[in-house]
Amino acid sequence: MLIRRIFNNPALYRNPFNELERMRRQMDMLAGNLFTGSPQQTVAPGVYPALNLTEDKDKYYIRAELPGLKNEDLDIQATGKSISISGQKKIPPEDDNAKYHRREREAGKFSRIIDLPDNIDTEKVEAGLASGILTITIPKAEAVKPKQITIR
Amino acid sequence: MTESKELQAREKQEVAAPAEHTKPGLIFTPAVDIFETEAQITLLADMPGVTPEKLNIDLRDDTLTLTGDIDPFEGLDEQDVLIEYEVGKYFRQFTLSEVIDQEKIEANLSDGVLRLTLPKVEKAKPRKITISAA
Repeated sequence: MLIRRIFNNPALYRNPFNELERMRRQMDMLAGNLFTGSPQQTVAPGVYPALNLTEDKDKYYIRAELPGLKNEDLDIQATGKSISISGQKKIPPEDDNAKYHRREREAGKFSRIIDLPDNIDTEKVEAGLASGILTITIPKAEAVKPKQITIR
Repeated sequence: MTESKELQAREKQEVAAPAEHTKPGLIFTPAVDIFETEAQITLLADMPGVTPEKLNIDLRDDTLTLTGDIDPFEGLDEQDVLIEYEVGKYFRQFTLSEVIDQEKIEANLSDGVLRLTLPKVEKAKPRKITISAA
């Protein structure tokens, strides 16, 4: 299967330490693939949130795992060829007397821009949030959709 | 906790299955917060994509087991362009040191976050003993 990958401008969106980490992960992955032959290969995310981008004939789909976020915590904008996702993950404070045993969940702000390979119809972009998963449905621009040619 | 800091992307933590599974697929550890007050232990777990029907909470003896299954949410004719995270089941197990009142356990799952309240049994609650001067 042909896999197209998109790279955001690394200088803008990634910090050098993440870049090193990503390189190390990719080396590990290559080494791992040699021995285990693992079929799935992922790109380690550089910027929060990690996104999965898929496409079918007419649309692109962006998905991200954003547990605990509500609609109003998110800001999504579409411009020309790119989608910007920003927001804030909040963890409300608990009882003052609570003693923490584990604290692995993190709160904070995030902002990410992803460039799509083709032009998109910015007017018809839709987003939905269900059980902590954000799905953005992005129709491709009419000009880049494949046209079925009938043979006479 | 400061809420203004920038969130960093983190790799999802994959776990080795405790026993071999018959269904193939990846298993991840959900990130959790656990805190304790005098009356109860509260556990918060990030399990995006898990619906209440697919979540299983099991408390047996002292072992609390959380398992969450997810439905595939991609359309059949979708092709991968950029994949930064994998999806899979969630699994995590804890050994509880306190005696829990099983009848009063409450679980609530919303926006992909599980909130589990485990009230301690009366006798396990610390009681302040007042000493009266003779």
